[in-house]
Formats: sequence, C-alpha cells, structure tokens
Amino acid sequence: MKPAGRFLFAMAVVISLCWLVPVALIALSALGPREAATAWPKAWWPSPFSLETLQFFVGFTGVWQAVLNSVIVALLTMVMSVLLGAPAGYALARFDFKGQDLYRVLVVMTRAFPLAILALPLVTRFMAVGLYDTHLGVALVHTALALPFAILVSSSLFMAIPRELEEAAWTLGCNRLQGFLRIVAPLALPGLAAAMVFSFVVSWNEVFAASVLTLKQRTLTAYLFASLEESPLHFRFAGGFFLVLPSIVFIFAVRKYLFSMWGIAHR
Amino acid sequence: MNHPRLPYLLVAPSVVFLLLLFVWPLAETALLAFRTEGGEFTAKYLERMVGDLNFGIALRNTLALVLVVVPLQVMLALGMALMLQRLERGRMVFLSIWTIPLGVSDLAAGLAWLAIFTDRGYFNSALMSLGLVDGPVGWLTYQNPVALFVCVVIAEIWRATAIVLVILLAGVQAIPKEYHEAAAVFGANPWQRFRRVTLPLLRPSLQSALILRTVLAFEVFAVVYALAGRDFPVLVGEAYSWQGAYQNSHVAAAYALLILGLSIAATLVILRALRVNRAALA
Repeated sequence: MKPAGRFLFAMAVVISLCWLVPVALIALSALGPREAATAWPKAWWPSPFSLETLQFFVGFTGVWQAVLNSVIVALLTMVMSVLLGAPAGYALARFDFKGQDLYRVLVVMTRAFPLAILALPLVTRFMAVGLYDTHLGVALVHTALALPFAILVSSSLFMAIPRELEEAAWTLGCNRLQGFLRIVAPLALPGLAAAMVFSFVVSWNEVFAASVLTLKQRTLTAYLFASLEESPLHFRFAGGFFLVLPSIVFIFAVRKYLFSMWGIAHR
Repeated sequence: MNHPRLPYLLVAPSVVFLLLLFVWPLAETALLAFRTEGGEFTAKYLERMVGDLNFGIALRNTLALVLVVVPLQVMLALGMALMLQRLERGRMVFLSIWTIPLGVSDLAAGLAWLAIFTDRGYFNSALMSLGLVDGPVGWLTYQNPVALFVCVVIAEIWRATAIVLVILLAGVQAIPKEYHEAAAVFGANPWQRFRRVTLPLLRPSLQSALILRTVLAFEVFAVVYALAGRDFPVLVGEAYSWQGAYQNSHVAAAYALLILGLSIAATLVILRALRVNRAALA
C-alpha cells in the first residue's frame, strides 16, 4: 500500500473503533455483576463475567411481558407493512400510471413527518375506538413509520426482476396472479424478508409513539423509558443491551439489501 | 393482461392507510391545538405553551442541537463516504461497522453513552487512570450545561451519522470515475477535484440527506432523556410531558405543530439555499 492508502486505512480503523466503543461498553456493563455498574474506577474487563445483571433485568416484574409486547407489535408491524407495501412496490415497478409521481411524493413526505404529530391526536381517537393500549394500535403507527421503506424497497426489488420472466410465464398460460406467485414472488422473497426484518427493527426501536399510546401494554422501549428515572443504573444498562442486541444482529443480516435500497454498490 | 385499473388497486390500500395515519392526524392536531373542547377557536393553548417556563429552554436546546449536530454529521459523513470510495481494502467491513447505529434505538444509544459519561462511567475512569481527575465528575447535570450539551452532541453524532453516510455514499458512487480522471488530466489537484467535481455533482444527495437529517434532528428525544433526564428539555420531550404528566393534549398538540412548522421551515431553507447554488452553477 502507498503511504496515503495506509493513512486512509488507519483513519478508517480509528473511526471503526470509535463506532464500536459504545456498543462494546454497554455490553460490558450488562455482562458484569450488579455492583460493577456503580464501581469506581471501572474495571476494563467484566471480572468476573456474569449474567447476574441480565438475569435480574429479565426476571424483573413486567420486563418479560414488555419484551413479549414488543415482539407482538413488531410482528404485526412487519406483516402489515409488507402486505400494504409490496403491492404498491409492484405497481411502481411494473406500471406507468397517472399520479405515480404524486404517489412517490406522498410516500417520501411521510418519511419526513414528525412522529409527535402522528401519535398525539391518535391517543384520543384510539381511546374512542378501543385501540388505545393495544398491540394493534401501536403497530398501526409503527406501520405508518415503516411503510415508506417497505414500498421503496419492494419497488426496487421488483424492478430488479426481469419483466421478461413474467411475460414468459404469461405466454405459457399463467395469468397475472399465477405468474406473480410462481415466478416473481419466489425471486423477490429474500428481499421482501429483508424489508420485513427492517420493519420489525423500526418497530422494536421506536420510543415516542409506543410511550404515548400504551399504559399497561408497554413495549420494551416504552417500559424502559417510563422507568428511566427510578431504575438503578445496572437495570438501565441491561435494558439498553437487551434492546440493542437483536437490532444489530437483524440489521447485520440484511445489510446487503439495505445498502442496495440506498443504491450503495457492495463490491 | 394489463388491466388499466390494476396499478391503482395495488396502490390504493397504502394510500388509504397513509391518508388515515398522516393527513388526518395532521388536521386533528391542528384542531387540538386551536380548539377548545366546546368547539371554540382559541389561541390560549399556544399562549400557554409559549408562556411555560421550559418553552424557551426547550426551543433553544433543540435549535442549538440541530445547528451543531447536523452540519457536523454532514461533514463527517462526507469524509467517511469519500474514504470508503478511496479505500483499497476492507470497504465492506468498514461500511458494515459504520452503519451499525442504523439499527440502534435512540433510547439504547442514549443508554450506551450513559454508561460512558455517567459519574462513575468509563469516561471518568479513563480520565482517572490518565491522572486528569481525582474522582467522579458530573458531566450530565444542569450545573454543567456545556459538558451536558457536548455529551448529547457526541451521542447524536454517533447514533445518526450513518443515515447521512448511506445517502451520501450512494451519491458519491453515482459520480462516474471518468469525471475525476478528466479533471486530473487538466491539472486539477485533489482539493480542486473535490470542490469543482464531487461537491457540485453531490448536491442532490446532500440536499436529501440534509433535509431528512434536519427533520429527524428536530425530533431528538429519547437520547437526551436517557442521558440527562429532565435536565435538558427539548421540544418533543415537552410534548411528551404535556401529554402524559400534565394531561393536557392541547398544549402537547401545539408543541407538535411547532415541531412540524420548524421542520417545514428548515426544509424550505435548505431547498432554497441549494437552488441558489444551482442557479450559480448553470
């Protein structure tokens, strides 16, 4: 490597270390014994390594229910966003129709909409129709957040599948639905799965709407957020770690699709 | 085979959904902020919001965060995108690490940085082992506003630079290599190539990254609460408090409208600033 290249590489390594430090340290805080959270000065290695803090967190009243709530809401979000998003993505990819640009603008605009505007009026409205403090209510708002992504991702997915394959299926006697189900759907499945995983993570991570729209059926983020002030440090760290771990694993698993959604070539 | 109404049928469910969950709540929020339970129009909720002790502080804090964090993030992300473009090895590894925060909840990010900056946290421990402090220093209290602000800025930069990075990187990759080669042939040095080729061609990506990031920056909330609790009021946090603790959804709605107004204003400013430049280019 040339000196300039070596310098760039060194810089990239330094940035990467800075980027990994917070994740490493919250893991370190969560995987140590309970006293370690307030120990002074800190040991730089969890000695002894222990699951005490995490066990305390998971065993605490309400935590397990909150995790369950989060998972249910995220699964609902995932299903709704793909059911609504995939057909729209297919339409964008395969048809030229009037109002297409307007539709794209609507989709992109929703992405830049303050969540507070969305969630606050829904509180009263959800109370009136019995959706307040339910999994479905929170999932509806989360779907609104995840839907623009689902639409844009699935549209780029379908665009990448050659139209000729579908047309060949039609000439061989398939109708549009059969052609879609037998030819396009199997090819699009991995990408759609990635879009679904992303919707899951969006919902799993969301704090504001989940906090305002629930009272007893708290999701994990809402539960943690509501208990920030009274909970001890080690409890908060364990919660943060518990929140981070699945998201990072999921995002890592689907990163190729995410990058291609933003148009980043991964050579 | 091509039914003329098919695309509309496919799009319709999502349109209905988005209208129900975006356009309609927007109207509802406006009504909440300006209308009493009895149906009279009033400005008293707005006055109540503006007259609140925390209003000025929350507005100032939020604006300061946006003005400091967003430019830093754009510069950092631009640098990172250009680095990725030049790197000969390990690009995918670096990109994967740099985009980890994409999947991290703002609450979790705040808690991770809390582990670092809290009194008995890793930052103070590091300072201690370097002999710079004698004991725990409280960085995250209102007695130490500058330090608190810096901590929030660092956490926000870590958390949300990745989204700017992916948008800018896509833009950088879309610029044909030949342009740089041509500029180099005509004797442009690396700085000139960056100023005269990369930056102008990157303008659309910069624009969308700036708009998206600015709008999201106005919504900063959970990171701040995880780090500082109520010691560092921000606009969304005030909306949350009015909705929950003070049980007044009218004032909360006024805050929500204010945030929307600020986001729209910022978007227009960014669009305008970049359009002026575009005219100068032509």
